[in-house]
Amino acid sequence: MNISYIVLIPLIPLAVFLLLGLNSKKIKPTISGYIGVLGLSISAVLSYYTAYKYFFVSGKVDGVYQTIVNKSVWMNFTETLHIDMGILIDPISVMMLVVVSTVSLMVNIYSRGYMKGDDGYTRFFSYLSLFTFSMYGLVLATNLFQIYIFWELVGVSSFLLIGYYYTKPSAVSAAKKAFIVTRFADLGFLIGILIMGYFTGTYDFETLNNPEGSVILNWASTSFMGLSVITWALILIFIGGAGKSAMFPLHIWLPDAMEGPTPVSALIHAATMVVAGVYLVARLFPMFYFVEHGFALNVVAYVGAFSALFAAIIAITQTDIKRVLAFSTMSQLGYMMLALGVSGYDGHEGVGYMASMFHLFTHAMFKALLFLGAGSVIHAVHSNYLKDMGGLRKHMPITNITFLIAALAIAGVPPFAGFWSKDEILVAAFEHNKLIYYVGVFVAGLTAFYMFRIYFGIFWGKDKTYEHPPHESPLSMTLPLMVLALLSIVGGFIPFSELITPDKLGFEAHLNYPLAAIAISVGVIGIALAWVFYKKENSLSDKYATAFGPFYKWASDKFYFDEIYLFVTKKILFNGISRPFAWFDRNVVDGTMNLIGNSTVKTANKIKGLQSGKFQDYAFSFAMGAVVIAIVFIYLWTN
Amino acid sequence: MIAGISIYEILTVTSILFFIGIYGFITRKNLISVLISIELILNASVVNFVVINKYLYPDMLQGVIFSIFIIAVAAAETALAVSIIINLYRQISSVEVKDTEIMKY
Repeated sequence: MNISYIVLIPLIPLAVFLLLGLNSKKIKPTISGYIGVLGLSISAVLSYYTAYKYFFVSGKVDGVYQTIVNKSVWMNFTETLHIDMGILIDPISVMMLVVVSTVSLMVNIYSRGYMKGDDGYTRFFSYLSLFTFSMYGLVLATNLFQIYIFWELVGVSSFLLIGYYYTKPSAVSAAKKAFIVTRFADLGFLIGILIMGYFTGTYDFETLNNPEGSVILNWASTSFMGLSVITWALILIFIGGAGKSAMFPLHIWLPDAMEGPTPVSALIHAATMVVAGVYLVARLFPMFYFVEHGFALNVVAYVGAFSALFAAIIAITQTDIKRVLAFSTMSQLGYMMLALGVSGYDGHEGVGYMASMFHLFTHAMFKALLFLGAGSVIHAVHSNYLKDMGGLRKHMPITNITFLIAALAIAGVPPFAGFWSKDEILVAAFEHNKLIYYVGVFVAGLTAFYMFRIYFGIFWGKDKTYEHPPHESPLSMTLPLMVLALLSIVGGFIPFSELITPDKLGFEAHLNYPLAAIAISVGVIGIALAWVFYKKENSLSDKYATAFGPFYKWASDKFYFDEIYLFVTKKILFNGISRPFAWFDRNVVDGTMNLIGNSTVKTANKIKGLQSGKFQDYAFSFAMGAVVIAIVFIYLWTN
Repeated sequence: MIAGISIYEILTVTSILFFIGIYGFITRKNLISVLISIELILNASVVNFVVINKYLYPDMLQGVIFSIFIIAVAAAETALAVSIIINLYRQISSVEVKDTEIMKY
């Protein structure tokens, strides 16, 4: 299979970024929108072609999906340790190509309507292209270092897009927060990479991931604090992934990231960038599974399960619809992580891995749809808050239907996409870890509840008084909604188990009817409860909120995690560490330098009187000197 | 060889002349006086050349010729110094030593 053309997939968005970014003042907004959409369409077509060729024509050799690598050495450290640049094609990277290209194309089309009339229209499209380029690069990376480079690039494009409305202080601080928190996590990632390079001597994914390779077989050779160093490296790498994927306790940046324009939230903070952490774990899955009998993988599973539960509880109490969706994203990412965490390797054992990737795919579609639908609503009513919305189903029929489809998909109602992937996750959890299974089922119910809470809140209930009557969005915005809704319906029927498995062999998946029945009934109960509580406006929800009392208050204040972080950073880190260091710098380091400077100035002041400028003084000194020398010589020689 | 006068007496006179020159150079307030003091120093050394030549090597004339050189050079140097003083006077309308302090800047 010839893969050299695949390099064009990331390079076209890069070219678009340079074109729009360097000429952002010269290009007219309408034209720049078309350039952005055109560039991404070409990338998307190439991605679909690649996926078709790989999955259905030439990717499979003897029943196994091949890993195809095309790379060249970029930096050479030793014979074995070098950093390559290249592209790596295997089932998950091809699947991610499809996800990234689909969502970013839809978001670009949508943005042409949503951002209309904005001052930085061209700048916005150039940033989107930069992000898409970085995400493609991340997906196609052949080694840990290359993935790290693009990891930082998606981080910086996320920063730029969150802070897009840079005149708004809240957006600026949200951008800073997102950047600093993810950078902090990336420090873990970097240390993990360095440990990995030091102890295994390679960054290459193929060498690292080979189940019969020396890296995986020799994991026990060096240990540190009771665990293999490779396990430590994997945990540190997972910290990097957890930062990007907003896993507990590094989740605090994601809700604030909603300050960015809504299409950005859909593209970066729902569908693509935040799944980079999941993708990273999946990319190193054989290592996670085999090293130390999956110790690091258990960490992934429990962090994922806890994040899923934690975020779902917070999501119920939020009143800003974008924040509900943000916490929902975090919860679903936790789902993907826990699915990876409970996965095995061979044959049907690998159902968790498959389900995680499946859920990543379907979630990207329906969550992007939810965000774009929310953007459409916000565009119409000019508010993010649930209390300003109601009865919109009559005004915005297309948004209503597509949002409903997405909500049903995320709630796990068949035949929508989310049901199939979520069911596989629950099957995997049921087979490997009952505790995680119960958490998963409970979270599924919560998901259905909070999603229909906002659905009913937005589209049903009484009409609110609007500034001007809300109306359906233009075609450029509703077209992506319809396309994504279609994908949310049919996405579940893609036979993922035959395409993406850890051993790349594929297996026949069967619906496990009892488990599916439980999942559906939990989802339906969640929807029914939401119906009772929120379909008509009544005091029931307030009553229950007061019944839960302090717990409700905690949850709606996000369990005070922002405050804890502020306390830790401002009170403990700044006062305890930064201030002494600042004092040391100001007094000792600067003091030494000032002492040298000041003493020179003082001495100079003292002795500058000697240079009187009167030549007779100089002549006098000269004569006296001559006399002294003469006396000395006479004294010496007359002895 | 001058009858009745030893070399020490002559050298004493030139030394006195020399130190009067040094003293004048250091203490005079007027640049012209300073210049005259320099002439005293030079003349003291010229007399030394002649006297030492006469007493040590009476058959040779190097010392005498050298003194003529020194007188010529001193004349040139005086011309130069006077021209500097005139220029200075044009600039600051003064030939006082204390007014030339600004040269240090």
